Amino acid sequence: MRVLVLFAHPAQRKKSINLAMAERARSVDGVTLVDLYAEYPRFSIHVDREQQRLLEHDVIIFQFPLFWYSTPALLKQWQDLVLEYGFAYGPSGKKLAGKHMLACVTTGGRRDDYSPTGGNEHPIQDFLLPLRQTATLCGMEFLPPFVLHAANHIEEDRAQAHIDAYPQLLAALRDDRFDLQAARSYSTLSRDDLVHLIGG
Amino acid sequence: MDGLAFYAFAYLAAAVFAVIVSQRLGLGTVVGYIAAGVIIGPVLQVSTAGSDYLEQFSEFGIVMMLFLIGLEIDPQMVWKLRAKLLGLGGLQVAATIGVITVVGTAIGFTWQQSLLFGFIGALSSTAIVLQTLEEKGMLESDGGRASFAVLLFQDFAVIPMLACIPLMAAAGNAAPAGHGSTLIQHLPGWASALLTLAAVAFVVIAGQYLSRPIFRLIALLRLREIFTAMALLLVVAIALLMSAVGLSPALGAFLGGVVLANSEFKHELQNDVEPFKGLLLGLFFMTIGAKIDLGILRDNWLVIFAATLALATIKVVVLLPLAWTFKVRTAAGWLFALGLAQAGEFGFVLLSIGQERQILTGQIASIAILVITMGMILTPALFAIYARIAILIDNRQGQNEADQPDEGTIIIAGVGRFGQIVNRMLLANGHKTVILDYRADVVDDIRRFGIKSFFGDASRPDLLESAGLSKADLLIVAIDDRDRATEIVSHARQQNPNIRIIARAYDRLHHYELLDAGADHIVRELFGSSVEAAGLALQSLGMHPYEVEKRKSIFVDEDVAGLNRMAPLVDQSTRVSDNPTFIAGFKDIGRVIESAMRGERTTYEEIVRRGWSPPELGESHSPPIHTTRAPPAGTEP
Repeated sequence: MRVLVLFAHPAQRKKSINLAMAERARSVDGVTLVDLYAEYPRFSIHVDREQQRLLEHDVIIFQFPLFWYSTPALLKQWQDLVLEYGFAYGPSGKKLAGKHMLACVTTGGRRDDYSPTGGNEHPIQDFLLPLRQTATLCGMEFLPPFVLHAANHIEEDRAQAHIDAYPQLLAALRDDRFDLQAARSYSTLSRDDLVHLIGG
Repeated sequence: MDGLAFYAFAYLAAAVFAVIVSQRLGLGTVVGYIAAGVIIGPVLQVSTAGSDYLEQFSEFGIVMMLFLIGLEIDPQMVWKLRAKLLGLGGLQVAATIGVITVVGTAIGFTWQQSLLFGFIGALSSTAIVLQTLEEKGMLESDGGRASFAVLLFQDFAVIPMLACIPLMAAAGNAAPAGHGSTLIQHLPGWASALLTLAAVAFVVIAGQYLSRPIFRLIALLRLREIFTAMALLLVVAIALLMSAVGLSPALGAFLGGVVLANSEFKHELQNDVEPFKGLLLGLFFMTIGAKIDLGILRDNWLVIFAATLALATIKVVVLLPLAWTFKVRTAAGWLFALGLAQAGEFGFVLLSIGQERQILTGQIASIAILVITMGMILTPALFAIYARIAILIDNRQGQNEADQPDEGTIIIAGVGRFGQIVNRMLLANGHKTVILDYRADVVDDIRRFGIKSFFGDASRPDLLESAGLSKADLLIVAIDDRDRATEIVSHARQQNPNIRIIARAYDRLHHYELLDAGADHIVRELFGSSVEAAGLALQSLGMHPYEVEKRKSIFVDEDVAGLNRMAPLVDQSTRVSDNPTFIAGFKDIGRVIESAMRGERTTYEEIVRRGWSPPELGESHSPPIHTTRAPPAGTEP
């Protein structure tokens, strides 16, 4: 499958895990990485170009840090403008039907914070419900999100393991080595889960 | 020499005095000039000598008036008004001529005389009516527009009338055509017709292809007074050529005007010829006044009075049903009918030709002049009657019939590299612009792209006025010269308190000057592009494009805030420039700038650093469980 990574991060600092992930994704052959904030620093999104990109790929990945339980502003802008009626949805617009959508998210909060007893009171996938429903309305399959919790606090080796797993996931999707069937039973995906889902 | 100076003094003094008084009384300038003529002629008896020479000279006033009328004719506007122009105007002229001719012959005039009176009566006074409508702000109302269309048609109609009078004279008493010698007199019919056509074609072609390059060259060389001389030369040359082939010089000038109506020099030509036309036309009216025999007024005052009322009544009776037919209803119809109910300045022209061709005797002509003059004096009274009728109609309808507001326009002064971009973007968004620039080559280039643009110095008040300053919504001052830019802004602000003004500033100090002059928005000419370049520099040095964008916009915000903070200080110092306060103020600015620079640097970094910052490492930022329901702090929960 052809893989498109739409990367959205408004404050790319050197130590950012998200930035490191994006750098790795950029070097995977056959994967298209788009730094949305670099391409549209003034938020004037080129809708035709973005739609063309969607048509040319089979897996659409949103890679972003979770800001106030949602996507960064530009990625929301992207959804608002690119997923047009008549293109992404509506009787005459099912151009994205059959594709897959994957959210690759980092959070500041720990895994425990995203639980009914934690400070955020809900699991992470609940907060991604708008994205899931968007995918569904467009006829796309929303895969379980690939999540790294406590991105600012975890030990360096664990962060590094997540960063390293990311290009493997992208390559597996590209080569159809990712077990979609098995993945459907997961609510979220961690680095450890990938071991079971990526075939040789 | 003494004699000439004395006549000049007498004419000018009488004109200045009488025109001011007449204008003050709301009677318009034409009545004033005629009164001045009466003062120097019949009353003071100073005009007798040299009056023939003056009369000849003053006829150039008519030629120039027709040149300017031709210049005013905008084919697009004529097309837009075509229904009213032909329908209303044509029927008005035809019906008035018809009624007056019938009445005239019935009371014992010859048919030639009656027809001539019809011609005179059919025309209204463009000068008086347009000026009054403009003053009262009713030019764009329904009634105003209809009036304008009819006046425009009348201006056209003069031309066949001028051509008809000699024919009428020939048909009547076979009087010799008092033409003097013309080039074509001794040629066979076909040759003279051919020569006449060639002369007309020459005016059209030379106006289009010969005069424009010459004007452009003069404009390029910045020879202001030679431009004026060339404009006058053009009119005089056309007049000469037309006389030579036996056509009316006025007709030729009209044609020349039409040819140049669409050129980029239209406004400049108007401004240059206008004062000469005004004075010469004034002189023309004065010579008419000078010829009035006051004895005739005394002996025939009843006839004159009756004829004046009869003329106004006939015109209203013809105009009012026409207005209703063409759906110019109620108050607007009354404005139309009463406003146009006088005979106009062309009447004097037609009268003098009629007298020359011996259609009229001197006495009848004098009476007719008095009738026309009385009609003009009556016009303000008719407008007053209209005002009463309008109030009555309003009260009856219970609501105001809203006059359509003037069409909003945008004036762009200066279309160099700056103004051009502004203009392009406004055009792209469907706005209409009027462009002024003093570089003929630039204007020429822009016209090639089909943009309405005019040559001229935008800081000249009259040019701004003819571009529609008093009615414009928006003025964009984009010229290079900083002092002129400031002048334009303050002039525009005085003339039109409601206009919005966007001005381009040379630097910070100029920014304050423009603010003082009354500009609403000020753009420093190089500020935006400099920030853009700085941003590209940062990006080239490896900064992320979005980070660059943030830093740019924060820099701009801070800079503008600083500019506004310092405004009161600079304001004070520029006003009292010879004052010790100036030096103190200037030092103050220096300190403010210095501290602002130092201050800006820290605030700038502080502001840029804010946003999307995760909490410090190690610091727990997860919300205290079940203690409060407040949302988690920080932007990355």
